[in-house]
Amino acid sequence: MTLEFTLASARDALRSRRISSRELTQAHLASIAALDPKLHAFITVTPDLALAQADAADAALGRGEAGPLTGLPVAIKDVFCTKGVKTTAASKILEPFVPPYESTVTSNMLRDGAVFLGKLNLDEFAMGSATTNSAFGATINPWQRQDSDVALVPGGSSGGSAAAVASGMALAATGTDTGGSIRQPASYCGIVGIKPTYGRCSRYGIVAFASSLDQAGPFGRTVEDTAILLGSMAGHDPKDSTSVPRAVPDFVAAAKRGVKGLKIGVPREYRAEGMPAEIEALWAQGLDWLRQQGAEIVDVSLPHTKYGLATYYIVAPAEASSNLARYDGVRYGLRVPANDLKDLYEETRAAGFGKEVRRRILMGTYVLSAGYYDAYYLKAQKVRALILKDFTEVFTKVDALLTPTAPSAAFAIGENADDPVKMYLNDIFTVPASMAGVPGMSVPAGLDAHGLPLGLQVLGRHFDEETVFAVGAALEKAAGFTGLPQIRMGEGA
Amino acid sequence: MASSSSPLDPAVVRRIARLARIRLADEDVAQLQTELGSIIGWIEQLDEVDVSGVDPLANIGAASMTLRDDVVTDGDQVDAVLANAPARSGPFFTVPKVVE
Amino acid sequence: MSYIIEGRTGPWELVIGLEVHAQVVSNAKLFSGASATYGGEPNAQVSFIDAGFPGMLPVINGECVAQAVRTGLGLNAEINLVSRFDRKNYFYADLPQGYQISQFAHPIVGKGIVDIELESGEVRHIGVTRLHLEQDAGKSMHDQHPAESFIDLNRAGVALMEIVSEPDMRSPEEAGAYLRKLRTILRYLGTCDGNMEEGSMRADVNVSVRKAGEEFRTRCEIKNVNSVRFVMQAIEVEARRQVEIWESGASVDQETRLYDPARSETRSMRSKEDAHDYRYFPDPDLLPLVIEQAWVDQLAAMLPELPDAKKARFISDYGIPAYDARVLVMEQASADFYETLAKGRDGKAASNWMLGDFFAGLNRLGKGIETSPISAATLGGLLDLIADATINGKIAKEVLEAMMETGESAAAIVEAKGLKQVTDTGAIDAAVDAVLAANPDKLAEYKSGKEKLFGFFVGQVMKAMAGKGNPALVNEAIKRKL
Ligand SMILES: [Mg+2]
Ligand SMILES: [Zn+2]
Repeated sequence: MTLEFTLASARDALRSRRISSRELTQAHLASIAALDPKLHAFITVTPDLALAQADAADAALGRGEAGPLTGLPVAIKDVFCTKGVKTTAASKILEPFVPPYESTVTSNMLRDGAVFLGKLNLDEFAMGSATTNSAFGATINPWQRQDSDVALVPGGSSGGSAAAVASGMALAATGTDTGGSIRQPASYCGIVGIKPTYGRCSRYGIVAFASSLDQAGPFGRTVEDTAILLGSMAGHDPKDSTSVPRAVPDFVAAAKRGVKGLKIGVPREYRAEGMPAEIEALWAQGLDWLRQQGAEIVDVSLPHTKYGLATYYIVAPAEASSNLARYDGVRYGLRVPANDLKDLYEETRAAGFGKEVRRRILMGTYVLSAGYYDAYYLKAQKVRALILKDFTEVFTKVDALLTPTAPSAAFAIGENADDPVKMYLNDIFTVPASMAGVPGMSVPAGLDAHGLPLGLQVLGRHFDEETVFAVGAALEKAAGFTGLPQIRMGEGA
Repeated sequence: MASSSSPLDPAVVRRIARLARIRLADEDVAQLQTELGSIIGWIEQLDEVDVSGVDPLANIGAASMTLRDDVVTDGDQVDAVLANAPARSGPFFTVPKVVE
Repeated sequence: MSYIIEGRTGPWELVIGLEVHAQVVSNAKLFSGASATYGGEPNAQVSFIDAGFPGMLPVINGECVAQAVRTGLGLNAEINLVSRFDRKNYFYADLPQGYQISQFAHPIVGKGIVDIELESGEVRHIGVTRLHLEQDAGKSMHDQHPAESFIDLNRAGVALMEIVSEPDMRSPEEAGAYLRKLRTILRYLGTCDGNMEEGSMRADVNVSVRKAGEEFRTRCEIKNVNSVRFVMQAIEVEARRQVEIWESGASVDQETRLYDPARSETRSMRSKEDAHDYRYFPDPDLLPLVIEQAWVDQLAAMLPELPDAKKARFISDYGIPAYDARVLVMEQASADFYETLAKGRDGKAASNWMLGDFFAGLNRLGKGIETSPISAATLGGLLDLIADATINGKIAKEVLEAMMETGESAAAIVEAKGLKQVTDTGAIDAAVDAVLAANPDKLAEYKSGKEKLFGFFVGQVMKAMAGKGNPALVNEAIKRKL
């Protein structure tokens, strides 16, 4: 039953009282009970809280007081602080942490009536592209290769979110995207995910990875579902200095605009060497679909885009090394007892952080340290300025860009694990937009030779998510993607 | 830039680990030398970008900050502030004695 | 000016610069809505932002920015319309975020000037390099428990202005004068209460020594000195220590030191040695701080009259000596008291009485001007009685003493004690006659040329009149009769 509904259709069913929120919530809790032992998408499930919220939603619906999300069971990436519910960022160092406050994004969703099923797995502190860096075990992609049942990664860092939504354990979910952490797992799990413009969603109460890049965004099984959820998550927040005071547009309406007359750019630099032919073909197919619906396709250039990834791997670790200094065993979280303060810090942080987090903290410390700052960090900030300039210039010529989301479909757990740089290359198509702060969406567009989903990425101007939704919806319509993962609720499961 | 893709000097690895307050075992140092060395070697591709005359970019989005009113809106929550403390004594957080 | 240390190898000159941390007067903290007032219950003035909880973000307090701008204007400094915040990264138990938000590369206030006046009357210009806004840290207490330090975060995140001087000072006296002057300016502006005991003003002192005409030698920074007196003492002992090192043929190491007033020595803070790489970078949680020139102009228009301007005005309006004016403007409260007192009265007499007997009286009572038992208007009443010859100066001293004790008006005390001056020439003549008659020998001596005895007769007459005789009339009568 959980996969029969989209967020939109479940909302309609609730409003017409064809189903109660309690029933819908129970069905999702049952899905979690059945599937999560295999998928490990959740770090924490909160059934009692969810059912209490569902009952409150049913009462509100009974009074005719339905908010945009009233009674809809969704799940939250475990970097959003949730008051009274432990929030770990998938790290041992935060394992015991129970926030005494609620993030703005989740507050907005609660204001709109959402039911929270629990907290979703991720790469520790959102650092990774496979959700294999979680201190609480890897999340498994509900999709499998036709010819093998080897466990695949769901992508990352929001892998728990993508797996939960794809398999039917939640109608929709929140994620965060710093260099591709929404778009890449959406692509790997055959669902829709959008990273809005930097500044669109408040970062207040989100465990920080890299502050100048982190953005919250939604996962859904349809473009419309992500439009509904983003409409609730977004909005100016005076508690976040980088949140931009702009009204939240009607994303659902925007998704219905169509693409007639839009200019869609094809950045030639994204034709990375060694791109699999099937991804190249899917990309061409996507452009065709848009052309058929009345868009004009324009060849464009983003000359500095190829430096995006290297720039990212200076800027993000630099910010992270500082953002993660607060995890010191003094005020909350893990503490390894010691006889002096320095030992306490060093032992606590050595025991509390996983390998990738440790690597990035050290990398960030290195690029900011005396003698290296100018050569690495300052240089990266300048290249970042050039990357932004590329996007700004290209968006004077086109309304949106279309690229593949990732250079491959989901890979097996353990692959790419030997070399950090190889793992980082998964984000090659998603990172430039993060560096420029522009919105980007991944839409499932087809299957690879193994039957695994592949996504296409739509990028738009700053604060023009509306066009991104319009283009995403057009691709969705043309692709008619109906693929379902092997590990899922419902028939065939 | 400062180095090639060869492993970092172990003294550098130890120094940044000390700055970052992360205890490293000896075998960690060797592994991180290689890993960080290879990442650094890879990011040195930025050498080829001409950035002369380019201003560094630190933030995307709004151009400047909004100023908050000078009103007390927070605090008075000793219990909540200390609720997660791994060690405390009354209303204080505690740490091993610091000798200055 | 020429303060020198005589070493074995000759004279040494001192080079001193100060970094003053001044706590901004504001209701709430720099980046959180928690109270910034002093002395709350431990950890009661703490937001989750101050405690560095996950996902908590700073939002800047506009009043703290305004206070920094006012201070910059008061220091005759450039105001930077675009500034920004950086993170200074280091680990410490009372630094919850693992970094201090400060302004490193782009401070809000640039170069300025503070004029100081030395005891000799010489005026010196001390350059201000910059003023920037930053967060205070919390407080670690090391003496509550044998094995633990206790952490109170009430001060964590309170706004500080760090005011950095040029290395323009050459003696402990100049450093003391600079610090006092800075405190006076801040207090006038209302941007810092200048209370060094509560730690709302602390100084880091940079000291080096050199031979005349040399470039700067290596300096040491003495951290967190919390009184003017200690700053002056610390400079002296540190400079002597450095002279000894140089003269022994060794070199001074650049380092951070602590002043121990009990032992009158400075010692190295080796514990901080490790934390020297602060990895400053722009705080990505904050955007550039951009302010409008119009707003700066508005703040400038509303600034109070500052001590230097007030001093000049006192000298020209009230005709008082520069020294008096300087003392009077040191505290806004004294200056205000003086102006009330001097308005419509003789300015010189007002400053004499205020700086003399009135301040002495306050001292005796252990009170400050704010807690004075009598107001300026009440003191003015005394001056009026002197001016209209109701009492003479000598009696006035006695009356003031009584006023300070009781808080009563001069008129009431004069009335009750019957201290009115006698101006009745008949009574005066009678007293003079009596004195002359009682001292025929002295009278003879006077007449034979011992004119110094005139004073003796005045004294005797005043004594006979219980001090209440009008001194001018008494003099006149004696002259006449002799
Ligand atoms: Mg300093
Ligand atoms: Zn400072």
